[in-house]
Amino acid sequence: MAFARGVLRSVLPFLVGIPLLLALQTFLDSQGIDYWTIILISIGINVILAVSLNVVNGFTGQFSLGHAGFMAVGGYTTAKVALAFANGAHGLTQQAAFGGALLCGMAAAALAGLVVGLPSLRLRGDYLAIVTLGFGMIIVSIVENVDALGKAIGLSGLPGLTNVTWTGVGAIATVVMARRLAVSTQGRALFAIREDEVAAEAMGVDTTGYKVRAFVISAAFAGLAGGLIVHLLQLATPRSFNFIRSFEVVVMVVLGGLGSITGSVLAAIILTVALEALREFQQYRMVVYALLLIALMLTRPQGLFGTRELWDLPLVRRLPWMRNRAAAGPAGAPPTEVRGETDSGGET
Amino acid sequence: MRFLRVVAAAALLLSLACSKKESAEILIGHVASLTGSEATFGQSTDNGIKLAFEEINKAGGVKGKKLVLKTLDDQGKPEEAQVAATRLIVNDKVTALIGEVASSRSLAMGPVAEKNKVPMISTASTNPKVTLDQQGNTLKYVFRVCFIDPFQGTVMAKFARENMKISKVAVLRDVGNAYSVGLADFFEDTFKKMGGEIVTDQSFKAGDQDFKAQLTKIRETNPEAIYVPAYYTDVGLISRQVRELGMKVPLMGGDGWDSEELYKISQGALNGSFFSNHYTTESPDERVKSFIEKYKAAYGSVPDALAALGYDAALVAADAMNRAKDLSGPAIADALAATKDFKAVTGNITLNEQHNAVKSAVVIAIDNNAGKYAATVSP
Amino acid sequence: MTEFLQHLVNGVSLGTIYALIALGYTMVYGVLKLINFAHGDVYMVGAFMGYYLAGFWRLGGAASAGGGATPGSVVRAFLITAASMVVCGFLGYVIERFAYRPLRDRPRLTALITAIGVSFLLEFGFQLNFRGSNFPPGPTPRIFPTLFEGHDTGWLSALGVNLYTTDLLTLGVAILLMVLLQWIVYRTKFGTAMRAVSFDHQVAGLMGIPVNRIISWTFVLGSALAAAAGILFAVTRPRIDPLMGLMFGLKAFVAAVLGGIGSVPGAMVGGMVLGLSEEFVAGYLLSSYRDAIAFGILILVLVLRPSGLFGRTTVEKV
Repeated sequence: MAFARGVLRSVLPFLVGIPLLLALQTFLDSQGIDYWTIILISIGINVILAVSLNVVNGFTGQFSLGHAGFMAVGGYTTAKVALAFANGAHGLTQQAAFGGALLCGMAAAALAGLVVGLPSLRLRGDYLAIVTLGFGMIIVSIVENVDALGKAIGLSGLPGLTNVTWTGVGAIATVVMARRLAVSTQGRALFAIREDEVAAEAMGVDTTGYKVRAFVISAAFAGLAGGLIVHLLQLATPRSFNFIRSFEVVVMVVLGGLGSITGSVLAAIILTVALEALREFQQYRMVVYALLLIALMLTRPQGLFGTRELWDLPLVRRLPWMRNRAAAGPAGAPPTEVRGETDSGGET
Repeated sequence: MRFLRVVAAAALLLSLACSKKESAEILIGHVASLTGSEATFGQSTDNGIKLAFEEINKAGGVKGKKLVLKTLDDQGKPEEAQVAATRLIVNDKVTALIGEVASSRSLAMGPVAEKNKVPMISTASTNPKVTLDQQGNTLKYVFRVCFIDPFQGTVMAKFARENMKISKVAVLRDVGNAYSVGLADFFEDTFKKMGGEIVTDQSFKAGDQDFKAQLTKIRETNPEAIYVPAYYTDVGLISRQVRELGMKVPLMGGDGWDSEELYKISQGALNGSFFSNHYTTESPDERVKSFIEKYKAAYGSVPDALAALGYDAALVAADAMNRAKDLSGPAIADALAATKDFKAVTGNITLNEQHNAVKSAVVIAIDNNAGKYAATVSP
Repeated sequence: MTEFLQHLVNGVSLGTIYALIALGYTMVYGVLKLINFAHGDVYMVGAFMGYYLAGFWRLGGAASAGGGATPGSVVRAFLITAASMVVCGFLGYVIERFAYRPLRDRPRLTALITAIGVSFLLEFGFQLNFRGSNFPPGPTPRIFPTLFEGHDTGWLSALGVNLYTTDLLTLGVAILLMVLLQWIVYRTKFGTAMRAVSFDHQVAGLMGIPVNRIISWTFVLGSALAAAAGILFAVTRPRIDPLMGLMFGLKAFVAAVLGGIGSVPGAMVGGMVLGLSEEFVAGYLLSSYRDAIAFGILILVLVLRPSGLFGRTTVEKV
């Protein structure tokens, strides 16, 4: 019974979402409102990025700064596979080819996540941050040197296959994945690692194993975002995937609240829209980001939502159909602080 | 939610406001890197375009309407260039688009222009892929007023073999820059075909400040010259370190060298070196002289090649719009494709089948820490 | 042989700069267990301070072309360096006081994120461009004025190696600063207090050491060293831009980790090793992977010997 309910909960969003997205897309296409289409797609991609990074940074409490590297791996793989099957080669329609290519991109990124995660996840917070940053840079360096990937010129002239439907499906998939993970046994293990890694290990949780798993999943979805990005831009260049990209995703996750899916989604939406609205002040964008981050850490480090979700808000809890949920409590640990390594400092 | 509504309302108002002006003005969009490390590229181009628009408007405009320029900054990033282009086309409904300088950004803008049937003229992107699609067919709406790298690489290769009479060259390229990588490859191909030898091919990353490792390696191979097809900020520094390592050989490069800053940074280290460029300020041509005069009067400095190309792109666009039967995208595109022998500052511009300008390049020699015209190389 | 020696010279020259910056990282990590991401950017600010001061006192440029190191110019260069060190020391104090101290008792992750924020604030703040004002400098790189002309010493010419006076000078100054730092850390009361705080800051506080003040001074010291490194670097490689601290800072951090984070001699050795490895690998092998080399070393170190060359392996007790 629980299994069936779980499957239903996973599939239902797609059953509802896909028709809605198709309808939305047909509407937008007919109006020819290209600008809003791009905004919506950007929002969708940022949601994928923020939620996937949240799995590692938020759920597991590990600080990764190399998200852009996995985006690059996913993006380039998707591009190459899509090119190979372009124009109906091997009997695949373009949409099917794109879907398959995206999955390939996710797989490649997941593999990269494994390669990066295994040696790094033994390290503590600060070191992990630098190492993931380093891996991100190494991946970009490699891409710049490989002829088949177009080196610095990149792969240009890619078909513009990304549309609202694909992005929406990707976003739904990411959110469903994160939610299913959060309420599962594996998710509990991740939260335990976040709260107190040593205690978790003592309780028999395979910390390294779970950390690697979280990393791989997060990387896979970053790869999905990468694949969508290169087919939006119709260009895959190493410069699109630098450290600053990783940092922008980190800001989204921190703003939303490390550990909150709702927070990540909301922060992604807010920041994407704000960016567009403030295009005139482009110059100040990064400075504002930085100040925002500092102010946030000093005043409200848990971000907008902390570790809570939308349905944990007091207002929402009072809604009639949510009443019986109130007893269960929020998924994830009660404290709303940003959790990482606390300095025990050799207390006696 | 309210915020989104505000944004939507603002966008709607903006587009309404713009459509009211359509009757008396023609709005042209310009995407440029006004900030970022190649900021001077974007700013020079913008200046050139503005100067051209002023002249055209004073002479009555195009088809009786005034040209208005709207410039958006892309911060030097390809994604931003794409969004900026989209915004200009969809929100502001520009009649045509000018931009960009860097090939990687023009590559991002091209598909947007093509899809929306808005003609786009790149001022200085030299990578051949900018005007082509995946299969190698020419895009209908993308043009450029400069030559392309296969030609530019050939120019310096020819100059090296025939004028400098050398046969051993070392190459130092910027591995993170599409322009540098492309140009280096084309130079090497031609140089080798002409019987020369590339003794070594080293790389650096823009922003690096220490090139001694690569340069020491180059020194070992004893080249007769070093080809550095990169942007001026790095080249200036590289040239100094070349001299510090005791190498006296000349350096060679491409149009990315063109900036006053080059001389300030290199401080004489580049004496005896050469680079290919789109035009020379010493040209006796009347058009060039008057352009330089006007630019100096308006901006207080000597225009570099990017400003000249911006100016030319604007003139070519205006000319095409005048010739076109109306101001719709397809009509202007057709008129642009038919541009033949247009007398511009950087030469006579004829756009060929790939929408590239077929014109000569000049080679500038550096002596006494200033650029001097050395030769013209025709295609 | 010539090539090897030249690479050696280049590598040492580069390594001393890394060492100076790495010292700042290691000292701060020692007392706060925090990776001060913003440290590399203090280095950048130091270089720019030198630039502005030199411009203000109208030094460098045409005035010094063709001139050697006159006593006057040396004194002024020294003053500029000292002034820049003071300014950056103050900057370090401000950063610690307002961005890190409030987070002293919070989880380390919070402080790390703040550090990244400060780093980006400096980098992108300096890239802002206000029309008509020279400060902030904007994204376009500036040329550091020539404080004095460098020329080949000719000492190693017989071996075909170029050794510039400016390189020797920077090496000399760097070594001097490192020796000074060693003296401070191991022979003064302040140094002892600093080491005590890095061992256990709560107990140190109980013993009567003014922990906050010590930490502030550590920041000041580290930042001053970074500023000196910035100017020394700019003298020999005169192009400065707001992003110069990013990669350099990260690589210096790798050097600190390599030497054993928290260990002062470790940082110096780590810096030299990193400078030399980068030079040799870029020179002999893959110049296009130059940046990746540093991170490759980092990963190797963290996987094989996380405590670095000189660090102690700490046992985490719960």
